[in-house]
Amino acid sequence: MYAGLWRILPGPWWVRVLLLVILAAAAIYGLFFYVFPWVSITFLPQEVTVE
Amino acid sequence: MVGILGEILITLGVITLLFVAWQMWIGDVIYGAERSAQAAEQSELWQEEYEDSTAATPTPTPEATETPAQVDVTADPVILRPPADAEVFGIMWIPRLGPDYHVNIAGGVTRARTLDPIGIGHYPGTQMPGEMGNFAVAAHRTTWGKPFNRIADIHVGDAIVIETPDGWYTYRFRTLEYVRPSAVEVILPVPQEVGVSANDRYLTMTSCSPMYSLAERIVGYSAFESFTPRAAGAPAALTEGAA
Repeated sequence: MYAGLWRILPGPWWVRVLLLVILAAAAIYGLFFYVFPWVSITFLPQEVTVE
Repeated sequence: MVGILGEILITLGVITLLFVAWQMWIGDVIYGAERSAQAAEQSELWQEEYEDSTAATPTPTPEATETPAQVDVTADPVILRPPADAEVFGIMWIPRLGPDYHVNIAGGVTRARTLDPIGIGHYPGTQMPGEMGNFAVAAHRTTWGKPFNRIADIHVGDAIVIETPDGWYTYRFRTLEYVRPSAVEVILPVPQEVGVSANDRYLTMTSCSPMYSLAERIVGYSAFESFTPRAAGAPAALTEGAA
């Protein structure tokens, strides 16, 4: 999987490393700001009110 | 050579660890800073609106010259109308928890609309700041910026100031209590007193207890001290040192 990704990326090795870093940062951003909040609110109960 | 399946499993493991780091730490850093910034912005906005509204009356009418000459530092509290769901109407300041502790308060106590995206929620049907009875609010104690994380660190007599467009309502912290999640009596007009009509002005804060648990609720009570109209400027309680 990652070997395939490495082959698909263009340019010399340092360009590929740079692209991988950018891809990883984008993935982490998506997780932190969209996926994890959704998981938290959907699957992890948190009750702070009396009812 | 790791197989595709192995790579997928390793990736899922890393994502799971990232989630734990986000939930326990990074998410709070992100949301905590966001809450503080949003409330600071809201506070400045209200002050600007107030200054604009006073500057907008350059020719004083006879009435206007009589009233603004003397504004008492404290006054009878202005009672806001109950907010709509997720409508921001106030900011909570707790000087004990630092000068940066300011969090927006909005109507409703649902996670999806108020507690997660905004911060502190006001129990619908309970009273408003300064009103006779109980101004009851709830917020997270862990995760989502955890506004009430340090509720147990507030000392007796510490100021809890609610800022609204009209001014500042100063409450003084009294005590903590731990109750079952079903203890709705804590948000009655007189907390824990069924069928008694309001005799004072209370602030009740509820959150989860123990931390990360659903088992109990922690409840903080404060009593109303004074109302400072915006015209008089921020009360001294707002800046009292976190000694």
